[in-house]
Amino acid sequence: MREQILELLTALRSDVDFETETALIDDEVLDSFDIVTLVGDLNEAFDIEITVADLTPENFNSVDAMVELVQSMIVE
Amino acid sequence: MQTNVLEYLWKQEREAPEKTAFADGNSSLTYGQLARRVRSVATAVAQYAPQGEQPVFVLIDRNIQTVAAFLGIVASGNFYVPIDPRLPKARIQSMYETMVPQLMIRATTRPVPCPIESLPMLDYETISAGEADNSLLAAVSRRHLDTNPLYCIFTSGSTGVPKGVLISHRSVIDLAENLSGELELDSRSVFGNQAPFDFDVSTKDIYLTLKTGGRMEVLEKKLFTITLSLVDRLIDRQVNTIIWAVPALKIIAALDTFHTRCPQGLRKIMFSGEVMPCKTLNYWRQYLPEAVYVNLYGPTEITCNCTYYIVDRSFGDGEALPIGRPFGNSGVFLLDGDKLVTAPGELGEICVRGTCLALGYYHAPERTNDVFCQNPLQSNYPERIYRTGDMGAWDDSGILWFHGRRDTMVKHQGHRVELGEVECAAVKLPEINDACCIYDDLSEQIVLCYDGPQAADREITRALMKSLPKIMVPGRLQWMPVLPKNKNGKLDRPALRQMFLAGNIETT
Repeated sequence: MREQILELLTALRSDVDFETETALIDDEVLDSFDIVTLVGDLNEAFDIEITVADLTPENFNSVDAMVELVQSMIVE
Repeated sequence: MQTNVLEYLWKQEREAPEKTAFADGNSSLTYGQLARRVRSVATAVAQYAPQGEQPVFVLIDRNIQTVAAFLGIVASGNFYVPIDPRLPKARIQSMYETMVPQLMIRATTRPVPCPIESLPMLDYETISAGEADNSLLAAVSRRHLDTNPLYCIFTSGSTGVPKGVLISHRSVIDLAENLSGELELDSRSVFGNQAPFDFDVSTKDIYLTLKTGGRMEVLEKKLFTITLSLVDRLIDRQVNTIIWAVPALKIIAALDTFHTRCPQGLRKIMFSGEVMPCKTLNYWRQYLPEAVYVNLYGPTEITCNCTYYIVDRSFGDGEALPIGRPFGNSGVFLLDGDKLVTAPGELGEICVRGTCLALGYYHAPERTNDVFCQNPLQSNYPERIYRTGDMGAWDDSGILWFHGRRDTMVKHQGHRVELGEVECAAVKLPEINDACCIYDDLSEQIVLCYDGPQAADREITRALMKSLPKIMVPGRLQWMPVLPKNKNGKLDRPALRQMFLAGNIETT
């Protein structure tokens, strides 16, 4: 799953090194357009439904945070 | 007669000095505090550019310090040029070479290095606390003309060099009077500022606030990624008026934000920058049915907007929204070549005349003369018009409708992008022999098709990030063994577009 999320992110923003970034939202590395696309991509890839309530810096600041979010939604 | 935009500020300072004028997430300034800081900044700037009418760079951020720095430069008799410190260094260098400013003010508190080492840089926090020289500022004010430049904002240029659009005090006063009058804005208006300060949509927020004596809340960029916190901020700060770029409204809808929480206090919702899809508009109207919705149209060169349409009926999701009627004191007409087009339904280029016209492109007489030209309908005296490059048609009731572009400029994420500028940057790279850009309206992506020794998408994207603003960097790249050419050996963009839309671009 981590690989797959990383792949989505890299396709979205090939200029960012997602392995090292831990403040993607707080440092405004990802902008609102990236987020809209990313949420759509994640929902589709993992058949989940991320809503605005899940859109927090804590959930999207790093790849690992996103993995955790997706995992928790699949378990539910 | 008012000749200086600052008269708005001095009036509010006299009448409501304790009222908050501008606020952001961390700080706020009352009209009285703002006026004092403006005079301090002006006094410092005047030491560097005492002759007046000189460009001053401002390293901007989404904060109220940026607004105070702008107005301080204006009070010094000079004009401001907003610079986003996150732009590639090469881009800022190009702006520097066009403007040759004497001075830069840092209004951002982020630890950004000075992008032009040879240029003196003053810190806003330092100079805004300095002593004001009121007799000096009074002398500056006495020599002021309303035709003096107020700001210069850069926009994409098809030849690879961005263009600096120079706007006068007169045009902005005209804009503020027209918008506040037609849209009934007053001192109770609380504006939620979305547009960054190097994007002219923010001009309306700043000067409508000063004109009406209302308040402006700066909504920082991060709020638009975490959209529930944006809604919370709008509610918390009692924002009732927004003038946003269309993509910002789209983001709210795309994330179905209002389903969870809705800013019920919004009363006036204005948008511009690109075509508003009625699907997005209907989403907003569903949750905020009482609000007034206004479609604003116009390029930077005519000072933000020249036509407006107040949404007065329902529109189907797939319908187009008209761009409406001209504002007072704005002449809007259609030309087919040099011939006037008046018949309903007939296409023509949207042309504009009047006070709203920019002074021109800074230090670029040829590019200025190309589009700011003599009115072909007027042979008896000099009259300048601006040819927008946008196509339009009137309907039976005198309402104007937008019908696309006559060139290869596109609107991407609310910003103007000349595809030629992207191509110019691309062909400079060693990985690329030839390049042609198209815009995919469906995925809202700039697609760069290129031929070269081999596919090198990642290297190209990284290299373009160093020369172009992020919004201009293609979202999708496509290597091709050979690009389609027409019979004259020129790149055949229509053919490439056809191939792309047909989905058979990869097989060529």
